[in-house]
Amino acid sequence: MNTVLAPATLKELAEAVRSTPRLLAVGAGTKPRLSTVEAVRLSTAGLRGIREYDPSEFTFTAAAGTPLREIAAALAERGQYLPFDPMLAAAGATLGGTIAAGLSGPGRFRFGGLRDFILGVRFVDGMGRLLRMGGKVVKNAAGFDLPKFFVGSLGRFGVLAEITLKVFPRPPSALTVLLNADTLEAAARILTETANSRFEFDALDVAPGESGVLARLAGPAAALEAIACEIFARWPGEVVPENAAESTWADLCEFHWAEAAAALVKVALSPVAVVPLGQAVRSIEGARLHFSAGGNFAFVALSSPAQVGQLDEHLRRLGLCGVTLRGDASLWLGPRARPVIAQAVKQALDPVNRFPSLDD
Amino acid sequence: MTPAVLQRLAATLPPGRLLARPEQLVAYESDGLTAFRARPSAVVIPETADEVIALVRFCHAERLPFVARGSGTSLSGGSLPVEGGIVIALNRLNRILKLDPAQRIAVVEPGVVNLDVTQAAAVYGLHYAPDPSSQSICTIGGNVAFNSGGAHCLKYGMTSNHVLGLKAVLATGEVVEWGGPSRETVGPDWCGLFTGNEGLFGIALEITLQLLPRAECFHTVLAGYRTLEQAGDAVSAVIASGLLPGAIEIMDALALEAAVAAVHAEYPPGCEAVLIVELEGPREVVAADRERLDRIIAGSQPVETRPARDAEERVAIWKGRKSAFSAVGRLSPDFIVQDGVVPRCRLGEALRRIGELGKTSGLRVANVFHAGDGNLHPLILFDGREPGALARAEALAGAILKMCVEMGGSITGEHGVGVEKRDYLATMFSAEEIDCMRRLRSAFDPLGIANPGKMFPTSEAPALQQHGLHSLEKAGVISRE
Repeated sequence: MNTVLAPATLKELAEAVRSTPRLLAVGAGTKPRLSTVEAVRLSTAGLRGIREYDPSEFTFTAAAGTPLREIAAALAERGQYLPFDPMLAAAGATLGGTIAAGLSGPGRFRFGGLRDFILGVRFVDGMGRLLRMGGKVVKNAAGFDLPKFFVGSLGRFGVLAEITLKVFPRPPSALTVLLNADTLEAAARILTETANSRFEFDALDVAPGESGVLARLAGPAAALEAIACEIFARWPGEVVPENAAESTWADLCEFHWAEAAAALVKVALSPVAVVPLGQAVRSIEGARLHFSAGGNFAFVALSSPAQVGQLDEHLRRLGLCGVTLRGDASLWLGPRARPVIAQAVKQALDPVNRFPSLDD
Repeated sequence: MTPAVLQRLAATLPPGRLLARPEQLVAYESDGLTAFRARPSAVVIPETADEVIALVRFCHAERLPFVARGSGTSLSGGSLPVEGGIVIALNRLNRILKLDPAQRIAVVEPGVVNLDVTQAAAVYGLHYAPDPSSQSICTIGGNVAFNSGGAHCLKYGMTSNHVLGLKAVLATGEVVEWGGPSRETVGPDWCGLFTGNEGLFGIALEITLQLLPRAECFHTVLAGYRTLEQAGDAVSAVIASGLLPGAIEIMDALALEAAVAAVHAEYPPGCEAVLIVELEGPREVVAADRERLDRIIAGSQPVETRPARDAEERVAIWKGRKSAFSAVGRLSPDFIVQDGVVPRCRLGEALRRIGELGKTSGLRVANVFHAGDGNLHPLILFDGREPGALARAEALAGAILKMCVEMGGSITGEHGVGVEKRDYLATMFSAEEIDCMRRLRSAFDPLGIANPGKMFPTSEAPALQQHGLHSLEKAGVISRE
């Protein structure tokens, strides 16, 4: 368990995979539950750096161990960004770890999540072969879309080495508003109405402990002010001052609202499940909940294994799936199908089970 | 297929839903890639998902090759039948099962026509974003199989970016359900892997699509330029400005000539290239962005700029653009539609080289392309009656694809590999990478019965006979878009 491999080149990476019977890649360890499994650790820390970045192409390629904040800084210099608000960037999360975890943030509401921005990967399969799938251009339909499959696959099908992502120009300004809602039902209604409105919100969240809807607009400043007036006429609320807004979103992206020791679970849901999930979590004492992306996913923080068990029961009842990012809880929560094809694809990419399975 | 197998196959469906007479099969011999034809042993017409499942299980038990087909608009020969196999025609699975504005989703069967989703969603102010030029006839099942694109991919992505959930029958007969109404997933992205499988994994039976609010406001500008290079420079300037247009398209002189002939489109005279840029969004945002765009275009030395003044003018601009492929049929008895991608910054260089390659082979090439994506659609004009012309056209198409890969691009942006580009897969991927894809294919389809002969080079593919333009297309009854 204590062995850590630390390849510094792609060649060393492939060799490390070939010479180790059972291993799992880890990045900065910001989502430790995802790699809590019996296997030799392969640190991607030595595989670091942006390999290619041409702003006019709207794409960059970076090594898997590159910290997100390094990428965000390089993009910001050229007026670009990753619109899906990658999570835990300040905590040191790496690009590869974020993809393996399948973790997007509030900004995924407008233009999609990680899966919508990933274009290509280089990875080492279970046979120790360094392979390239997908492409490096913004549009490509050649071959199977394995890059998307790696999003959320927890490093169980191969080790990511390099990733190519699409980026967008950063809108000139952003404006965050807090729309009043006294109850969860009211917040859920606002989430749906705003999501379907003409305003093209950038993010639509309900922060932990709040019932109001935190909504972000992005675009030319003059346009946003005009839009905000109309928004308040329909959904009363107030502008969140710029500094406060920035720290609010940053707090959400870094899970500052969840205690470090708490179990942290990501749940995929749709807007109609906001109220039932909210009620369920409310019935668990001390549990906290952040709804994001217009009610398309949520993060739940729980303080004891017993509480995790309660959440699991609720998720099964509601037919919602969850994955634990950190803390003492089972990896998967809620219903889980195990189709035959899942095992067959695992065999295709990793015939000798060099990487742990999703069930380990 | 032996008569006994055919008889057993017929017994799995109610009468009248199996076609096996030559005159019935002719209509299914080819798709949008009309140069190739193959006659299946039978065509079956299921009406329900359960019937499709039963058919696939039958094929699995009998080791019978099958090709799923929607409207047959594939430009890469994706639904070309397999001789001795069957075609499963999915057009009757054309129900929109659910349209839910609260979750902004539609659940549809594979035979639903792309544009019908948007039309059904319009009452809620929603739309389905992917818009291939054939959207008025192509089906969602085909879009999913080939990860179809359209003119709005830069901002909204391709089909896979809009598929949230899938129920599918795999080639093994296993029925799987992945994803659902949520825009997020937990665990590996199976829908992402399935979308774009080119029919090699199985058949999608129910597809959950994300819908987006229809943009409130559009600003569509058509600008004419003396040279293609100037139009290309204008694209670079738009991109560098930080604007994110919904679409950026270019048509060259020959494509313009075709559009004029076909749909009486009007373009500024004396232009070698026309650029179309479209902004979309809330009216306040479009108003602000529009000023910036207009300044950039004005500074790019256009011969003339024509902003669409109303919805009608916008539709006219798009009609000219979307008709360009089939319009080229007015200029030449035969043509090949290509679909390569190059990095955007090398568009100018790519177009120059395509021009040179065309000159060398003595063939005319019209260019219509998604400039924002670097997605080229060279249309290679030739006369199939001229001995050797088709071979020269194919060689030219191959040279263009190789150029795309050398420049760091792709052999296909949105049409898929299919039959047409299967021999070029190896220019983009190594032997080990193709082996990895074959292993994946075998995981889904160990018998190799699902749409064999597509995507992968050599061996399993039967020799194909080439034909010219489809007779209906020559007569102007059907068109490729």
